[in-house]
Amino acid sequence: MQIVQVYQLQQELNKLANRPVYIHLETTNGAYAAHFQEGFFNSGAFIRNVQLNYSLGKVTPDYPHRVGLKLEGGWVYAQGITHYIVDEENRLLMAGLDGEGKLAVSLQISETPFAK
Amino acid sequence: MLEKERHVLVILPHPDDESFACSLTLSKYRELGVPVTYVCWTLGEMGRNFGNPPFANRETLPGIRKEELMNACRAMNVEDVRLGGLRDKTLEFEDDEEMTQKVAAYIDELQPSVIYSFYPGFSVHPDHEASARAVIRAVRALPEDERPTLHLIAFANDTVEHIGEPDIHHHLPEMAKYKQAALEAHASQTALVLGNLKDGIEKGMPDATAYFENEYFYTYDWSNDTVE
Repeated sequence: MQIVQVYQLQQELNKLANRPVYIHLETTNGAYAAHFQEGFFNSGAFIRNVQLNYSLGKVTPDYPHRVGLKLEGGWVYAQGITHYIVDEENRLLMAGLDGEGKLAVSLQISETPFAK
Repeated sequence: MLEKERHVLVILPHPDDESFACSLTLSKYRELGVPVTYVCWTLGEMGRNFGNPPFANRETLPGIRKEELMNACRAMNVEDVRLGGLRDKTLEFEDDEEMTQKVAAYIDELQPSVIYSFYPGFSVHPDHEASARAVIRAVRALPEDERPTLHLIAFANDTVEHIGEPDIHHHLPEMAKYKQAALEAHASQTALVLGNLKDGIEKGMPDATAYFENEYFYTYDWSNDTVE
């Protein structure tokens, strides 16, 4: 993965608009957050292989970036995106990695389903 | 010290759990010629460490961690590795009875004399807990005199308060190099921790050296069994 270049990432979001795509969206503090820091309120969410169609995808210029997808009937967004890659299967994989390189958030878009 | 077991069965959810918790112990069993089977439920698909700077991503991580797992098992000389085919962070949402049956099938096939697993209630990660419960349920269903011994890993912050100090201590300095090699095999996940430990050893901190030479387990206390 490379550090987000806003213009390039925007082009990739545009390419996947207005077609059925599969989404992976994940936020996490890690399963050990409350173990290492007593009282920590651990939260997170995960969806994978939910199909949708977005008409407008946008990456914000400020770092770490936010990426939002406007759907016909709703929204998807992720906050804290720092890195991305278009992999050999043409999937757009975006992630937010913290100061230690640990994943905090990811948003991935693919025209084919992700592995189960 | 370590008993010469008939067959050791290890049931843990993530590649690297075995290296952190019982790589000294497993290496020693192998040196003694004891057969060891390791069931690893997932490929750690949801791991947060991709290397820094990142050399992995969410979709390449399972393949990388599978290879790391196989290398770690080679380092410990553990040859029989079974991949459970489940997804990281989803074990507690699987059907409980199905999980128990999977464990029962491994026990039935391998007839282990001891099982290494997590201690239910004191193993922190939801996958550890779900795996631990499945093991307890499967073993509990056996007649008492046919049950394999359970050597369990507990590391929750309130462990000692509730179940006291571990009753099993494997002090195996001669196997430390295998534990280090196993942990090093999981580079995507362990680089940070190993870096800190090696710093500690160089600075002569006894805790860091002790880390590579000691492993601790609890024999399961059936009289306080609260697994549903």
